[in-house]
Amino acid sequence: MSSLLSDDQPQSTSAGWHPGAILEVEDLSVDYVMDRGTVRAVQDVTFEVSPGEFVGIVGESGCGKSTLLFGIAQLLSPPAGIASGSVLFKGRNLVGLTDKQLIAVRWRDMSVVMQSAMNALNPVMSIAAQFADAMRAHGVTSKQQIADRSAEVLRMVGIDPVHLKSYPHQLSGGMRQRSMIAMAMLFTPDLVIMDEPTSALDVVAQRSLMVQVKELQEKLGFAVIFVTHDMSLVRHFTDRLMIMYAGQVAEFGVTRRMFETPLHPYTIGLMEAFPSIKGPRVPLTGIPGSPPDLANPPEGCQYAPRCPQVMDRCRTTTVPIYQVNGEQVRCLLHENGEAVQ
Amino acid sequence: MTDQQTAPQPGLVTSAPLLRTERLTRHFRIGGGFRRQMLHAVDDVTFEIGQREIVALAGESGSGKSTIARLLARIYKPTSGEIYFQGTPISRLRSRRDVLSYRSDVPMVFQDPFASINPVFRVSHGVMRSFKLHRPELSAGERQAEAERVLAAVGLTPPADVLQRFPHELSGGQRQRVGFAQALAMRPKLILADEPVSMLDVSIRIGLLNLMTQLRDEQGVSILYITHDIASARYVADRLIVMYAGRLVEQGPVEEVLANPRHPYTQLLLSAVPDPRADLTVGALTDQGEPPKVINPTPGCRFSPRCPVAITDCVTITPELLPLSPGHDAACLVAQSGAEVKAF
Repeated sequence: MSSLLSDDQPQSTSAGWHPGAILEVEDLSVDYVMDRGTVRAVQDVTFEVSPGEFVGIVGESGCGKSTLLFGIAQLLSPPAGIASGSVLFKGRNLVGLTDKQLIAVRWRDMSVVMQSAMNALNPVMSIAAQFADAMRAHGVTSKQQIADRSAEVLRMVGIDPVHLKSYPHQLSGGMRQRSMIAMAMLFTPDLVIMDEPTSALDVVAQRSLMVQVKELQEKLGFAVIFVTHDMSLVRHFTDRLMIMYAGQVAEFGVTRRMFETPLHPYTIGLMEAFPSIKGPRVPLTGIPGSPPDLANPPEGCQYAPRCPQVMDRCRTTTVPIYQVNGEQVRCLLHENGEAVQ
Repeated sequence: MTDQQTAPQPGLVTSAPLLRTERLTRHFRIGGGFRRQMLHAVDDVTFEIGQREIVALAGESGSGKSTIARLLARIYKPTSGEIYFQGTPISRLRSRRDVLSYRSDVPMVFQDPFASINPVFRVSHGVMRSFKLHRPELSAGERQAEAERVLAAVGLTPPADVLQRFPHELSGGQRQRVGFAQALAMRPKLILADEPVSMLDVSIRIGLLNLMTQLRDEQGVSILYITHDIASARYVADRLIVMYAGRLVEQGPVEEVLANPRHPYTQLLLSAVPDPRADLTVGALTDQGEPPKVINPTPGCRFSPRCPVAITDCVTITPELLPLSPGHDAACLVAQSGAEVKAF
């Protein structure tokens, strides 16, 4: 394990940090600065992740979910940049750290599994060479240690270590994605960030990968932030779920509760957008319209133009997040802090 | 061809199928020199698509679904086997007129609405081109009226306005509707829709699926809906065909196949579908196997290496797709022997 906290850097511990959380994101906003103006892709997102917790972030393409992840992992590159807010990881604010300072944190304490293993793995390097590269970059130089650990993590994800000699194109899509996850496990991090790791896989491989991630997480105790556009996928695997819409948190709370009594009309719409393979075949409507253009966002609630329960005030009032029995929802229907059906 | 389709109610297959394939096979040569190998993308595929019928073709990536669509669209020539369209073998189509006529009867809608529409032309361009090519008898005024009709039919309103827009001014869902409008402009009988909604956001997928059923009911077209998403197949399709490693493993009325899947692979596929309404089943039996690459295959069932109920015959005998009950076929030796298959 790492020794981040005994680092030579002074710790910028904020007063608001509660020791229970491993990650605390506070009022994080990310802007894309472009010729035509500034687009706020992530707006004032606040949430925390406890050690060993599995948090899902769900939203449609363009809702800012990947931008949020990149903001947390400090992987944004121009034109995107953090406009305001802080990301406290184990009590230390990652925002504003230099790449050199981040080396101590990256991969040892926090690793990232990218969406497309096809593009994230180097096609001209064997799996072993890529694992060794990551370990050497973080200070492990013993060849024996590298070989042992590489074989160990590969075995953890159910791949025979003979594949260490393989090149990415010799592996199937599922195996590639699993070796990405193995790579993220090299230093047994405290937090693993996953950006749609299953979207390129078919349902059977997708399910076996999800089960594998969940098993590893229960065994090793790391926390996961899992981004996806598919709500049904995360239903059985996440502890808490964040629904994002147009760069904002629409709803955030316990997964089980959200599926039983969704609060935000967008969450309700998303759930009714999935046909089921069981039960009666009912006509569904989906959500008419499309998400707003973030370069030119509507006034008031961002979801108002598509919302079936819209009220006149929604179009003019900037809606804050309301607490409903400890769950968060950004909707005027819940103004009084009560759950409304 | 007339505008008035005198077809029966949706879902009812008439005696004469619109399209029929017979032992359709397509192999690809891979590697060169002495390491020449054959990839069996599609092997011995026989199925039918009826009038006014939506047939879903489901299977994992690499199972040969898209190869079938390309064979039907005459992008690939079959290695062997034949496709009959309204009773005529399409390998006999020779003259430009016959080929054009087939292409306008069986257009294709592609997966990626961002790549399949030319960004430098207005929406009207693609629609008008099909008129010029396939319906030269229309006058300029008729073309405009007809273009507005097809755009309205796919739910793009106001049609005259949308025709003048560029693709970048449209959302993904609207672009995919343009794809369907372009197909519809040819007055097709069968639309080949290759994963038409998989690139779209979940909130707008349903709209496109509803459009497909609407096109069947109101315009009388049949649709081959290629997908890896069984739940959406159930939502729109009348019949379901399941593919595995280049072969059909099961087919039948969609509700019947889903309620009573007979092939172990169909059962595996159904067990893996995430269903948010279902109970928690983490830790349920899952399959670690991978789909095979079908290179120089030997006889035998291609699912047998992953199949928990395989018997010795499965390794040596290639199962045929045979009816187990009326209209419901499965290519599984165990199921055909009369045994109850409960693999997953």
